[in-house]
Amino acid sequence: MPTHFIVHDKADTVGVVVTEDVQPGKDLTGWIMETDETIALKSLDAVPLGHKIALRDIKSGDTVLKYGHDIGRAVANVGKGRHVHVHNLKTKRWS
Amino acid sequence: MMGRYQFYGYRRENGRVGIRNHVVILPLDDLSNAASEAVANNIKGTLALPHAYGRLQFGEDLELFFRTLIGIGSNPNVAACVVIGIEPGWTGRIVDGIAKTGKPVAGFSIETNGDISTIASASRKAQEFVQRASEKQREICSIEDLFVSVKCGESDTTSGLGSCPTVGNLIDKLDPLGATTCFGETSEITGAELVCASRAATKEVGEKFMQAFRGYQEVIDRHKTSDLSESQPTKGNIAGGLTTIEEKAFGNLEKIGEKTKFIEVLKPAAAPAKGPGLYYMDTSSAAAECITLQAAAGFVVHLFPTGQGNVIGNPIEPVIKLTANPRTARTMAEHVDLDVSGILRREMTLDEAGDRLIDIMIRTCNGRLTCAEALGHREFVLTKLYQSA
Repeated sequence: MPTHFIVHDKADTVGVVVTEDVQPGKDLTGWIMETDETIALKSLDAVPLGHKIALRDIKSGDTVLKYGHDIGRAVANVGKGRHVHVHNLKTKRWS
Repeated sequence: MMGRYQFYGYRRENGRVGIRNHVVILPLDDLSNAASEAVANNIKGTLALPHAYGRLQFGEDLELFFRTLIGIGSNPNVAACVVIGIEPGWTGRIVDGIAKTGKPVAGFSIETNGDISTIASASRKAQEFVQRASEKQREICSIEDLFVSVKCGESDTTSGLGSCPTVGNLIDKLDPLGATTCFGETSEITGAELVCASRAATKEVGEKFMQAFRGYQEVIDRHKTSDLSESQPTKGNIAGGLTTIEEKAFGNLEKIGEKTKFIEVLKPAAAPAKGPGLYYMDTSSAAAECITLQAAAGFVVHLFPTGQGNVIGNPIEPVIKLTANPRTARTMAEHVDLDVSGILRREMTLDEAGDRLIDIMIRTCNGRLTCAEALGHREFVLTKLYQSA
């Protein structure tokens, strides 16, 4: 069974897609590195290799967690299974 | 019989160990590039290092300039050095700095001689140096003799998942064996600076790091016209899925492993002086600038994780590239010394990836050409702190 996405830390709100075949509606298998757990998620967007996918519903203004740490602020509501990138996540630095 | 952590290196006059045996033709300034390249063209097996600077610099920027050029000539990967400058004063300063290592070095200046006569005299000396260097034999050396620098480039999210932690695994394994190692990239720690400071060996070193970090933030704040998106993270980082500097920083910091502490903060191009251990150097995050500064500080082999496929090399310090991005490993195979994309498919553990990186690093130390060396990548870029006078 292929691993479609990887999550660094159990607390993270996003995972990283590591295959080149993630299309809307696809049932995905994920791996949480910290705890060595396997999780399931349905993709709602096409998410390219290396891009992030939301592991839960994220509200505009919420801090997004990866590596168990703050990597910026959501600037739009992001549904679970959606693509997370520059259109809905911004840095809190240098602005 | 060689042990796993031994390699064949060139021991220099000052006891330091190199893994290459270059005879460098080093221009003092932009004006001397043409003569330096002519000498390197005359005398086979020598290497000219043309660059853009060396005129009317002053203050801290000038000190960095001298430290960088003297450091490059002093690097143990350099067997001997010919320095060519427009005038004898600053040329002599570089020669005297390199001569402290005990290695063969000679200076030539162009004013009152002209290019042609300078090229003739410098070529005779370069021939003598290269023939002498060609007889230098490698000998068995150990990890305590090895200076390893790390810096990543055109990172993507696979860097933080696979290639950077692979470097971190190597650092955690080599640190207890007495290796001297170095990371930098000050702006690229933004967002993870407190985690980085907590990895300092002492509170004092952590505070020195935070001072360097704040100094770099001031430069960015003074000059920025946006949140730096597309510069830091770069356009390539963003294409690869990295969204913010904070996200990039946590991936970057994976390179120092899980337990190794850094024992000192180095000014750019400054040589480590506290003995074996991990050092942090205050550098730009641009690949060629950072590696040039690390080479000038005496590091002899570089580990470079990439995601989207940065093709960087350095003229004197071999750059070993690794990637965890399966597409980069497939489409840019000629640039990839080690493919660790198996980590993402859960076919390779981090521990195995770290061991493979140690193996390719030792082979490189023994003489294997890196992809960047075979492809002729010799990016040599001096860091300039501000305008010249």
